[in-house]
Amino acid sequence: MLLAQKRLGSLVSSTKFLKTVNSSRLLEFSTSAAMSLKFKNTKRIEGLDKNVWIEFTKLAADPSVVNLGQGLPDISPPAYVKEELSKVAMVDNLNQYTRGFVIIIVPFYDCYEPMVRMAGATPVFIPLRSKPVNGKRWSSSDWTLDPQELESKFNPKTKAIILNTPHNPFGKVYTKEELQVIADLCIKYDTLCISDEVYEWLVYTGNKHLRIATFPGMWERTVTIGSAGKTFSVTGWKLGWSIGPEHLIKHLQTVQQNTIYTCATPLQEALAQAFWIDIKRMDDPECYFNSLPRELEVKRDRMVHLLESVGLNPIVPDGGYFIIADVSSLDADLSDLKNEEPYDYKFVKWMTKNKKLSAIPVSAFCDSETKLQFEKLVRFCFIKKDSTLDAAEEIIKAWSRQKS
Amino acid sequence: MFRNAAAISLHLVGLLQGKKAGASVTRHLHQTFTMAKQMQARRLKGLDYNPWVEYARLATEYDAVNLGQGFPDFAPPDFALEAFQHAVSGDLMLNQYTKAFGYPPLTKILASFFGKLLGHELDPLTNVLVTVGAYGALFTAFQALVDEGDEVIIIEPFFDCYEPMTLMAGGRPVFVSLKPSPTRDGELNSSSNWRLDPDELASKFTPHTKALVLNTPNNPLGKVFSQTELELVASLCQQHNVVCISDEVYQWLVFDGCQHISIASLPGMWERTLTIGSAGKTFSATGWKVGWVLGPDHLMKHLRTVHQNSIYHCPTQTQAAVAESFEKEQLCFGQPSSYFVQLPRAMQRSRDYMARSLQSVGLMPVLPQGSYFLITDISGFKSKMPDLPGAANEPYDRRFVKWMIKNKPVSSEGLRPLHPLLFCKG
Repeated sequence: MLLAQKRLGSLVSSTKFLKTVNSSRLLEFSTSAAMSLKFKNTKRIEGLDKNVWIEFTKLAADPSVVNLGQGLPDISPPAYVKEELSKVAMVDNLNQYTRGFVIIIVPFYDCYEPMVRMAGATPVFIPLRSKPVNGKRWSSSDWTLDPQELESKFNPKTKAIILNTPHNPFGKVYTKEELQVIADLCIKYDTLCISDEVYEWLVYTGNKHLRIATFPGMWERTVTIGSAGKTFSVTGWKLGWSIGPEHLIKHLQTVQQNTIYTCATPLQEALAQAFWIDIKRMDDPECYFNSLPRELEVKRDRMVHLLESVGLNPIVPDGGYFIIADVSSLDADLSDLKNEEPYDYKFVKWMTKNKKLSAIPVSAFCDSETKLQFEKLVRFCFIKKDSTLDAAEEIIKAWSRQKS
Repeated sequence: MFRNAAAISLHLVGLLQGKKAGASVTRHLHQTFTMAKQMQARRLKGLDYNPWVEYARLATEYDAVNLGQGFPDFAPPDFALEAFQHAVSGDLMLNQYTKAFGYPPLTKILASFFGKLLGHELDPLTNVLVTVGAYGALFTAFQALVDEGDEVIIIEPFFDCYEPMTLMAGGRPVFVSLKPSPTRDGELNSSSNWRLDPDELASKFTPHTKALVLNTPNNPLGKVFSQTELELVASLCQQHNVVCISDEVYQWLVFDGCQHISIASLPGMWERTLTIGSAGKTFSATGWKVGWVLGPDHLMKHLRTVHQNSIYHCPTQTQAAVAESFEKEQLCFGQPSSYFVQLPRAMQRSRDYMARSLQSVGLMPVLPQGSYFLITDISGFKSKMPDLPGAANEPYDRRFVKWMIKNKPVSSEGLRPLHPLLFCKG
């Protein structure tokens, strides 16, 4: 508990939390304080009540704000995907009944840390480090892991490493050599690899998505995770999947049958049909797995150009639908905001309120010790309609004119 | 895991308990075996068996008439199907994420609809959480409130998941049984005859009791707890400062003029009750997997924390369909055209038909006051056919069900540990 509180210190003000709980208890109950402790949260969720998405989505909910924060498309899913779901809606029978250590690479999709803690394990963090080359555009591939530093994080009690490729938020697409380093360590230390590959189809020219489960010795120790929401631009369907060897998947099935038990039937049927359509035409440029990254690469390049034109320093992503920019040159006046938050948190809140443009602070993807290293970075989502990106461009250009 | 290697495993366990890994052992291990480490978490111990999975498989294999698992084999009502069609062909943004704690039109209608029924004004943001089915609601509640060593009182017979969910949360299930009073000759047994002994119930509460799980109407018995029975449970919960997790998924399926009462509406109970509901059971659309929890903010905030760190959002379109379905029902609530009036009426006829059929072959059904399940006493058969094939220590009812599936193709679920047999109608 103490460890959790120390690590989450900057995200959660734990003394404040306890005080709030205490005062509400006094109001609600006439029984003794000791008995009222029963209504406190369980230990597994201690300190996990704050959530970056809830906080920033609320801010960006104002309709006048251009939301490039949370990662959801505002573009339409492909027509045949929608049609499959409509067809399925007409078929009535489908309306019926579907303590160890974990290494997390920083920055990380924010849920990994609370999920590891909720499971009672201890996260061990290792940051990606950047070595930009002069004269060359800053790219997600410039962010790498130091192999020796990575090995130092492994020990006989290491249960798993979480790999995310293409990476959120940087858009890094791990190379064969980088994956080999990770694979070698997993085998050497008999560790699981949880491979989050939700952006697997979103890789841009010159890059190839590689699945670590295909590496020698890795199939038997890897769980590969995918997402319908990211694959078909239908985040609201909330369907995902885990693929792996039977001896690992059976344990996930045990958890599933004791938690939600099944997923929504009509949505799974529609997803299956949509997959059949695209699997049959993998080499066709019209296959969504080809057409979407092609469409997004254009948007990516537009964002890169836009950010550069106003003096922001973007990290060009090799994959995914996010782009990171270093915002220090915008020199925003954040003096009236709370001091204890990282710079990028304050910056994004200020930008949302004052410039009507929202994004997500990159330090939300960091543990408490590495936050400061990443606090000048902000993440923009570009899987948006052209009109949304037009609006963002207007704001950024106007802002830049104001400064000069 | 990979291969059985008991000796190596034992040695490895020693290694994993903090002793340094000798290089030669590690090399040997990785040459011959991989993943000898136990991968699964200890919280899964004993939870891998699931009766639904087993019996559903059997029923399919023998092409049995499946009266086992609880889902309708008829369509949801037209207005619900239409609502789903609207949801999937309407606003394109319904294909994307909605609010984490519930699609706003759904939380709004749930707050309005149930606020009236519970006699307590509900705020859609703080008193309502949408979950993946009532199953997901139960999971979220257990994870939020049950800690290592906490005791959870479970009333037998119980919907099977309450026990593994308690165990997975590190809690200790404490059982208390509903018991039937003897019936007069010729009189059909009723679920109302099955009662808790007040002294026995009181004796189950200890300083470690965190929660009591109430299920009314009850699955599998179909018992609808009366005002007096709920007052007993309520007074004990208040006396011992215990949370009541009230699973009310069958709240609309009550017969013979019985009234479903939500324990949260009793004095002193709102602040300590989580009321769980299900769209699947409400609208005969179990595949939509939309459920909800209603409760006071000081409890709901902990469920929100679990929710945002587990599934985070529920699918948008199914929530939209449920919202529209509730909106339609709210317009005709209490009237003869209401689905909540028509469905129990139809189910009551099915219940009576099934009861007569069972009696005609010498089985003794317990007439349920609610839900769409009916249990039957098979002790008459046990005396005539005491030896049915099955594993050693396998209870009689499980053997009976398997025998019945194979020989009389009607499937059902075994009811452990009681002799009565479970049927589902629908």
